[in-house]
Amino acid sequence: MNFPENLRYTRTHEWIALTGNKGKVGVTEYAQKEISDVVFVELARKGHAVAQGKAASVVESVKAAFDIYAPLAGVISDFNQALESNPGLVNQDPYGAGWLFELEVTDPSALNTLMTAAQYAEFIQSGAGH
Amino acid sequence: MPYIPLTGPEKRGLLREIGVSSLDDLIRAIPSALRGPEMSLPEGMSEPEVQRLVRDLGALNTSGLDFLSFLGAGSYDHFIPSAVQEVISRQEFSTAYTPYQPEASQGTLQAIFEYQSLMAELTGLAASNASHYDGATSLAEAALVALRHTERPKILIARSVHPHHREVIRTYLAESTCRVEEFGFTAGGGFDRQSLAAKLDADTAGVIFQTPNFFGIVEDLAGIADQVHANKSLLILSGHPASFALFRSPGEWGADIAAGEGQPLGMPVSFGGPYLGYFVTTQALLRRMPGRIAGATEDADGKRAFCLTLQAREQHIRRERAGSNICSNQALCALAACAYMTFLGRQGMREVAELNLDRATYLREKIAGIKGFEVAVSQPIFNEFVVKSPVPFAQIEKKLAAERIFPGVALETYYPELRNRFLVCATETKTREDIDRFAEALAKC
Repeated sequence: MNFPENLRYTRTHEWIALTGNKGKVGVTEYAQKEISDVVFVELARKGHAVAQGKAASVVESVKAAFDIYAPLAGVISDFNQALESNPGLVNQDPYGAGWLFELEVTDPSALNTLMTAAQYAEFIQSGAGH
Repeated sequence: MPYIPLTGPEKRGLLREIGVSSLDDLIRAIPSALRGPEMSLPEGMSEPEVQRLVRDLGALNTSGLDFLSFLGAGSYDHFIPSAVQEVISRQEFSTAYTPYQPEASQGTLQAIFEYQSLMAELTGLAASNASHYDGATSLAEAALVALRHTERPKILIARSVHPHHREVIRTYLAESTCRVEEFGFTAGGGFDRQSLAAKLDADTAGVIFQTPNFFGIVEDLAGIADQVHANKSLLILSGHPASFALFRSPGEWGADIAAGEGQPLGMPVSFGGPYLGYFVTTQALLRRMPGRIAGATEDADGKRAFCLTLQAREQHIRRERAGSNICSNQALCALAACAYMTFLGRQGMREVAELNLDRATYLREKIAGIKGFEVAVSQPIFNEFVVKSPVPFAQIEKKLAAERIFPGVALETYYPELRNRFLVCATETKTREDIDRFAEALAKC
């Protein structure tokens, strides 16, 4: 499974790509497979402040709904409008066109609390992700 | 489905299997004081004895069929075509539940889908759910939607909304951090615009009106949707659903949610239930809508089929973050509403509404002509209105009971300031002769 090196990962299967204090957030390849066909994304609200680990968005598949948690504390600064008409992008391109929202991160140094690609791959392999 | 309780040996077998000696042993974690008092029940009776007991008890009741009833105030006596009873008596439909198994429930699902379609058309809004228990709980769910959607803490509700419905909303929110405020009505009985403006603020999640309101007045809601939406609040409208066939519907008034009592659509007054709560909303709020939704789709062979849809909103999937934990609906009552609207048709619905207006207007003229009685003749009404009497209402009630007439509902019970005022209703079931008889009896009070 593909876990890009330039991203950091959470135990709840979100990724974050941090540039300065702006972080793009999505779900991992592993997560999109587990979720299966995404039919709806409840978009995050711009300007909404979220604490680390708190629900910021909801992804729905045919049979279930999943909370998407903020990898770091911050304020939602943007969301992926394209998901409104094409939620399947989360499945097709989870690290690219299927991103969910952008976070203005309060404390970028907190990035170190998240897993690297290698650590996340190990986490998945150990089965701890379930 | 037959209900066969466990036999003694089966119970003992089950208890043995899980390693406890008795039922008391199984529930011993519950303090004995909480396990309920000893019940002192009478000896069992034979079937003919029970039948006689129930018949004698039933004979103590008086029904709307034995009396000439002008009661309204939330429950309305309308004519129900026999065909409605015929349809809902079919055994396949006899359930209060929405079906999980589409492969075994196409008929019920289609009936619910059609009920939803009819309600959407009647209310002028995009999407209906499969129904709620009754008008009060449906309106309370609408209040919850507004609170969640706007993330604000206050519900603003007109005092001219049914008192029971307001009470249920208060009960729903009693243990939450949200609050309910009310705005008043004018001397004429319509809502008070100044009172509304004074209380509509940045905390307001939703504003609830009823039209026709509890006093029977058709509210003039001109400009209200703009005012409420400019405040970024939701507009929730309730009201007698058949009136929407004649007056402006919630959708035409710009409402975000229509929620209220569906009993007038083919359900008898009964003893206050079972009734039906309608809940209809806009496309934008579709995913906020509580309850079940039946949808039309295609089966594996490409044939039209029905199933429950958008279930990810619901508690069996979303657990604690579900929009509502109410997921059963009133499937049988929704079927009655569906059959009622279908048999009446668009034209029939309008004619029934016109007849209501006609009879109530005639009754109002009659009462206006009785010395000492006062009615506000200039107010737009649907099928009921307020009467101010020269004598205490209890006296009128007692006198008219001797004539086998129910004169109406005292308002003082709900509005202490409205002394000697009562609510009178005349639906299409009242003939001009009935109304004349009532007016004559009233004149003697």
